[in-house]
Amino acid sequence: MIELVSDSRCIRCDLCVKACPTNVFDAVPDGAPVIARQEDCQTCFMCELYCPTDALFVAPEADQSVPVHEQALAEGGLLGSYRAAIGWGEGRSPGARNDQSFRLLPLSAKKSPALKPTSS
Amino acid sequence: MSQALEAPAEASSPKVSSDSLNLEADVLVLGGGPAGTWAAWSAAAQGAKVVLVDKGYCGTSGATAPSGVGVWYVPPDPELREEARASRETMGGHLADRVWMDRVLDKTYENVGKLADWGYPFPTDDDGQPARRSLQGPEYMRLMRKKVRAAGVRILDHSPALELLADADGVAGAAGVSRQTGQRWVVKAQAVVIATGGCAFLSKALGCNVLTGDGNLLAAEVGAELSGMEFSNAYGLAPAFASVTKSAFYRWATFYYEDGSVIEGAGSARGRSVIARTLLTQPVYAILDQAPEAIRASLRASQPNFFLPFDRVGIDPLTQRFPVTLRLEGTVRGTGGIRIANEECGTSVPGLYAAGDAATRELICGGFTGGGSHNAAWAISSGTWAGQGAAAHARKLGSSARKRDPLGTGRATLRPTTSESASSLLDADAIVRGVQSEVFPYDRNLFRTEAGLSDSLVRLDSLWRAVQVRPAQFARTVVRSREAAAMVATARFMYKTAQYRPETRGMHKRQDFPALDPAQQRRLVTSGLDEIHVRPEGAELDAKERPTAAPANRSVSQALEGTASAAE
Repeated sequence: MIELVSDSRCIRCDLCVKACPTNVFDAVPDGAPVIARQEDCQTCFMCELYCPTDALFVAPEADQSVPVHEQALAEGGLLGSYRAAIGWGEGRSPGARNDQSFRLLPLSAKKSPALKPTSS
Repeated sequence: MSQALEAPAEASSPKVSSDSLNLEADVLVLGGGPAGTWAAWSAAAQGAKVVLVDKGYCGTSGATAPSGVGVWYVPPDPELREEARASRETMGGHLADRVWMDRVLDKTYENVGKLADWGYPFPTDDDGQPARRSLQGPEYMRLMRKKVRAAGVRILDHSPALELLADADGVAGAAGVSRQTGQRWVVKAQAVVIATGGCAFLSKALGCNVLTGDGNLLAAEVGAELSGMEFSNAYGLAPAFASVTKSAFYRWATFYYEDGSVIEGAGSARGRSVIARTLLTQPVYAILDQAPEAIRASLRASQPNFFLPFDRVGIDPLTQRFPVTLRLEGTVRGTGGIRIANEECGTSVPGLYAAGDAATRELICGGFTGGGSHNAAWAISSGTWAGQGAAAHARKLGSSARKRDPLGTGRATLRPTTSESASSLLDADAIVRGVQSEVFPYDRNLFRTEAGLSDSLVRLDSLWRAVQVRPAQFARTVVRSREAAAMVATARFMYKTAQYRPETRGMHKRQDFPALDPAQQRRLVTSGLDEIHVRPEGAELDAKERPTAAPANRSVSQALEGTASAAE
């Protein structure tokens, strides 16, 4: 679930308030948005992709809130890690360009035998 | 943050206001996922004035945006097309239709080509050809929002529809509320496309918590029919702690007991029942240890979000074991939904169209999951046809929607018709927990029996009576209450229909009828609300059982008022 809105990184654009599909955030006049309805978070990570300053962190635990520490997340390279993997943000190229699903999911089982598991 | 969890949700949700945003359109699209955006784009391309409303944000909302999908994209090569058509026919219990498969294969091939023209960054395969059989969700849906806006469609985000409007000529718009301001909205339209997705019962399957079966309820309230509602028990594999129900890579998984021994017969495709049975009594672990070395780098490049939860808890799923669970994906990956009555994806009610997971996908995959590729192709195709059909219907009606004077058709939680005690307000969260306890358990929904179904239906019928009460008039409460009602309605459609199929076919598994019965190779059509009726397709209901629209006898503005004082 969403666990962090970094006050120091946030530029008050309120894009997360707009983009969250389950309306978890509330905008605050002259302040960083607040996590107003954490129990409504569906752990979809979309807010991180729309945050231009990597100020948000969604912990992978979907059913319970877990404590997080901004400095540790930043030092671990986890703030913005998903946005980087998708290739969004200035100076990056879209990760979709490097989607290699065609190697994993063959068009035809007859024409290109499925990638067999190694041990079966 | 823990305070936020304990505080009543009403405290952070605006009151429903008495004023409303009033708009007119030729075509109103409910839902801004793949099907809704294709519908809006194609209706606008026909010259229609289009409004699209989304419960969340068009671009991030729904099962596709945070995920990514394979697409049933097959070049028009006769041999490849034949293999594609045949691939799910047997697993789907021979309930699909080859004419519809061909239509969808053609339309998907054409429209995925449009995505390429519009700038979707498709990769190039090892032969230097564009690879168009996979779409990454965030990129795809950001592009669709951009195209819909460029086509002149007006988008209302965070604006869930609560009810359809209708008059003597059929469906004529919808009304709802803004979750962020509490302002009501009313859109009068000549035609409405329901593209609100399937129903996953707030299971937190990836991106699915906006998918609460709203379209089923809206459609049933105006007398439309549903089809395939027994095929509604798909479960997605995910790490037990996480939401990421992306099952494709589990084809390379070995499943283990706590003690490290292998669970024989467990697998991501046909062995999913074995996993479910084991999970009833003990944890199940997985390692993707069968993934060939040569493809391991491709896994990460193809589905970055698959690895996201693992990276964040420090597990390497290729070498380290992790607990798994099965989250209900209901009719999102199941194939039941609003019945399609014609080639334009119209329903049995004039002016009402259905597309994507809100509609039945039996036409192309029968009773087997539409997940992975088929649902994506169906959303693209059915969305396009529904948008065109709705635009044509608007043209045929001629004059402007402004001249219509439709009434609200919503009943449960909006205009209760039964005389349940109104002394207490609806407790939506309790209703949701009640429905979940009937549809989540594998030994009720995945492994079905007459005893289990009828036992659940007693409680679900009771929950249906319990939603004939109005909630406190805060935006979140009103929306959640309506979602709760839609989930109760959907669960009742599912289990009533499952009772009418005493056999095992597709994903519908009856423990008391474990064999396929050739005599039951026909679709089941479901209708009604207080009384639910099921008939085999092709057979007529008795006149007294035919669904009729609820009498729309009160004005739109009344639906959301009246109990506000009780909430103060």
